[in-house]
Amino acid sequence: MRIDLTPRTNRSAGMDALSPVLAFLAALVVGGIAVAAMGRSPAQAFVTYFVAPLSEVWSLQEVALKAAPLALVATGLAFCFRANIWNIGAEGQFVVGGLFGGWIGVATHGATGNTLWVLPLMLVVGTLAGMVYGLIPALLKVRLGVSEILTSLMLVYVAELLLDYMARGPLRDPAGFNFPQSVTFDDAARLPYLMEGDTLHAGVAIALAAIVVATLVLSRTLFGFTVRVVGASPRAARFAGFSDARLTLAVFAISGGAAGLAGIAEVAGKIGQLQPSISPGYGFTAIIVAFLGRLSPVGILVAALVIALTTIGGEGAQIDLKLPLDLTRAFQGLLLALVLGADALSRYRVRLVPGVAA
Amino acid sequence: MPPLAPRPPAEGPTPLFGAYGIVKRFGDFRANDGIDLEIRAGEIHALLGENGAGKSTLMKILYGLLEPTEGVVTHRGDIVRLSNPEAARALGIGMVFQHFSLCENLTVAENIALVMPRGLNRRTLSARIAEVGATYGLHLDPGRPVWSLSAGERQRIEIIRCLLQDPRLVILDEPTSVLTPGEAEGLFTVLERLRDEGRALLYISHRLDEVRRLCSRATILRGGRVVGACDPREETARSLAAMMVGVQVGEVKPPAEVPAGPERLVLRDLALPAPGLHGTALRDVSLSVRGGEIVGIAGIAGNGQAELFDALSGEALAPEPGMVRLDRVESGRLGITARRRNGAGFVPEERNGHAAAPTLSLSDNAILSRHATAALSRFGVLRRAAAKSLAEAVTSAFDVRKAGPDPAAGTLSGGNLQKYLMGREILAEPGILVVNQPTWGVDALAAAHIRQALLDLAGRGAAVLVISQDLDELFEIAGRIAVLHAGHLSPAVPAAETSRETLGLLMGGAAPAQSATVAGTPEPAREPAHAH
Repeated sequence: MRIDLTPRTNRSAGMDALSPVLAFLAALVVGGIAVAAMGRSPAQAFVTYFVAPLSEVWSLQEVALKAAPLALVATGLAFCFRANIWNIGAEGQFVVGGLFGGWIGVATHGATGNTLWVLPLMLVVGTLAGMVYGLIPALLKVRLGVSEILTSLMLVYVAELLLDYMARGPLRDPAGFNFPQSVTFDDAARLPYLMEGDTLHAGVAIALAAIVVATLVLSRTLFGFTVRVVGASPRAARFAGFSDARLTLAVFAISGGAAGLAGIAEVAGKIGQLQPSISPGYGFTAIIVAFLGRLSPVGILVAALVIALTTIGGEGAQIDLKLPLDLTRAFQGLLLALVLGADALSRYRVRLVPGVAA
Repeated sequence: MPPLAPRPPAEGPTPLFGAYGIVKRFGDFRANDGIDLEIRAGEIHALLGENGAGKSTLMKILYGLLEPTEGVVTHRGDIVRLSNPEAARALGIGMVFQHFSLCENLTVAENIALVMPRGLNRRTLSARIAEVGATYGLHLDPGRPVWSLSAGERQRIEIIRCLLQDPRLVILDEPTSVLTPGEAEGLFTVLERLRDEGRALLYISHRLDEVRRLCSRATILRGGRVVGACDPREETARSLAAMMVGVQVGEVKPPAEVPAGPERLVLRDLALPAPGLHGTALRDVSLSVRGGEIVGIAGIAGNGQAELFDALSGEALAPEPGMVRLDRVESGRLGITARRRNGAGFVPEERNGHAAAPTLSLSDNAILSRHATAALSRFGVLRRAAAKSLAEAVTSAFDVRKAGPDPAAGTLSGGNLQKYLMGREILAEPGILVVNQPTWGVDALAAAHIRQALLDLAGRGAAVLVISQDLDELFEIAGRIAVLHAGHLSPAVPAAETSRETLGLLMGGAAPAQSATVAGTPEPAREPAHAH
C-alpha cells in the first residue's frame, strides 16, 4: 500500500480560503477531547480560552499587545521563508534589538533639555542592531556556505546570554538594590500610549504599519517579485538574473531589522527597562505565526491575533481551570500542524494505491 | 529462453490483442474516447499522435497501469481484465519505458533480478542474460554497474528484462529518444528480429521517419480518438504529420540567402569545470555565429548542452571575460541581466521551473526575463500594466492559447507555453538568441510556428544558436551544424555538406567502434554523404 499525492488541477479559491477555518475547528475538537480527558468541561474551557479574552477592554488590549510583536517579527520572517531561506534566529535578533536600543534609554536616563530625539534613536538603533545581528548568519552562508539554520539558531543563545550579562552587570541600576535590571526609562524613552489611561502603546501601530508596507513591497516592487520567484522556482530566479547572495543578505537584513524593531518596541513600550529576559519566545512563536498566516502579511496579522488570543486565554485557563500552560502550547502546535495539513489536502488529492511493483 | 517458432505474419481474423471502445475519463476529461485497436502477431504497429492525443493513456491501459472507464481488451478473442501489470505480464505483454527505471549503483544482473521472480539463482540468471543477449545481439556484461553504461546500453537492460518474460506483445514508448542514430539502428535490428519471431510490437514514437521505416501499420490518435489508420510505408512524413495534427503542417520557409553579417556570438576556448557530480565539463569550446544565420548544436542529452547554455546565458560565469563575446562585448564574467541589456535573449530547455515559474501568472513571467529590457520596473516599483500588455502582445503575436486573461504559466500546455516563452524573447528583437531544445515535447503545429519564428528572427539579422537533439529540426532550420559530445564541440559545418550519419558518428563520440557494440548493426557510412 502506498499513498500518492497528486496535485489538484482545479483548486477552488473557496476551499483555499476555508481550509484554515476547518483546521481551526478540527483543532478545537481535538483540544476539547484533551480537556475532557483531563477532567474539565470542554465548553467552559472554550469560553475561558476564546470568549473571555474578547469580552473585556483590558484583555482585548493584552491580546493586541501580544499580537503586535508576533506580527512584526513574523512579517519580517515571511520574506525569508518565502525565499526558502531559513532564519530561525529571530528571537536573538529581537533580544539584540531590545538590548542595544534599550542601552540608549539607559544612557539617556536623567538627561535634561530637548529629549525628543531619544525615542527615535532607540528605535533606529534597535532596528539596526537586529539587522546587523541577522546579517551574521547571512554572511556566513553567502561567503562560506554555512547553514543559516544552525548559525541563526545558535546566535539566539549568544544574544540571550549577552542580554543576561548586561542586565546583571554593566547596565544594572546602581541604585536598584542589586536587582538584575536597569534603571526605568524616562518618559522620553518610552513609546507613547495610543489612548490615555490604557496599556495599548505605539508598538501596535508600528506592527500594523509594517504589515501594510510589507504587503506593498511583496506585491508591487521588483524586490518583492524577486522574493516570490526565488521561493516559487529558484532556477527561474537565477534565469531572471536575481542573485541568491544579495537576496539572502537582504531578507536576513529585513527579518533581523523587523525583529530588532519588535524587540526595542517591547522594551520601550511594555517593559520600560532592561531585564535579563525580555521575550517569552516571540521570535520562535513568530515562526509558527508566519506559517499559520501562509507567509502573507495579512494572514500573519490574523494568525498573530489567534495565537495571542490562545496565549491570553491560556493564562486565564491556568488561573480559572488549573489547566497547564503546556496545553496552550500543544494547542498552538496542533493548530499549525492542522493548518499545514489542510493546506496540503486542498492542494493535493490523496489516493491510496494498492501495492504494485510497477 | 526457448525461441518462439517462426510464425506467419498474421493470425487470420483474430488479432493477438484487441482493444475495443476504450474510454478513459479523468474527471470530465476524456483522455481516450472510444478507441479501437487491433494488434496482430508478427507486426510492428505504430501508435502515432501528438502530445495529449491519448497514446500514453492507451499504452498504460494495455499494460495494466490504468483500467479503462469503458471498453474491453481481448487476448486471442477472449475478453481479459488487466487490473495490474502482473496480469498484463501473465498474458505476455511486456513494456519498455521511455524513462528507464534502473538503480544506478546496482549491476546489470542485479537490476534484472529485481523484477524477476524471487529465488532465481543468480548464476542461472546470468546465463539467461547472456543467452538472450547472444540471440538478439544485445550484448551486456551482467557484472557492470549501471552508472557506467551509456543510454543505449541501459535501454538494452530494459529490453532484456522485458524479453526474459518471453512476451508476445512488446510495447515500446519513444525508444529512440535517447539513442544515437547508430544505437537506434541496432535497436531496429533487434525489433525486426522480434517481429520475425512472430511477436507483436506496439511502437510509440513521434519520429515519423523511423515509423515509416519500421512499421507496417499505424494507428493515428488525435484528441483521444482514432482518426486514421494507414500503412506508414506508403505515406510521407508530411502526410503522417498532417494526419496527426489534423491540418496540413506548413512547411517552414527555408532561410533566404542572407549575406552573412558580422560575428555576433563568439566563443573562444571556453572551458568550464563540471557544475556538479553529474554535470559535464566544457572543454575548449569555440564557435562563431554571424548575424543572419542559425547555427545548430546537435548532441545526445547530457553531453554538456545545459552547461553550454548556462555559460552562454551567464547563469554560469566563464573563467575569463574573453571566452564569451556577445556583439563584441567581452561577456564571460557578466551576469544574465547585463547580457540581456546588451541585446541577447535566452530560452532554456526546461519550461517549467527554469524559463518560467509555473505558479506565477504569464505577466509575472514576462517580468521574469524582461524586467530590465522592457522597462517593467521603475525605481524598483513594478509596472504591472506594462507587464500585462507585454504578455498580451506575446500571446497574440504567437497565437498562445490560454484559459483566462492572465493564467498561471503552469496551466498552459507544453506547446503553448513554449510559444509564449519564445515570443517573450523574440519580441525583444534580440541581436543574439540562444535556444535549448526549442520544440521539445511540442506539438507539430507549434513546432512549425516556433521554427518559422527563429528563421524570421535570423532573417532580420540576429545571430541564432539552436541547441537541439532533433536532427531533423536542425537540418530544417540551421545553416551550419556542430556536435557537442562529452563537453567538446566539433567545428560547425554547413548543413548541406554533412549528413545524419556523419553527425551521428560525432554524437556517439566519433568512435567507429561504437557501431560494433551492437552485433548485427549495419556499418554506418563513414564518409559523409553529400546530400541530405
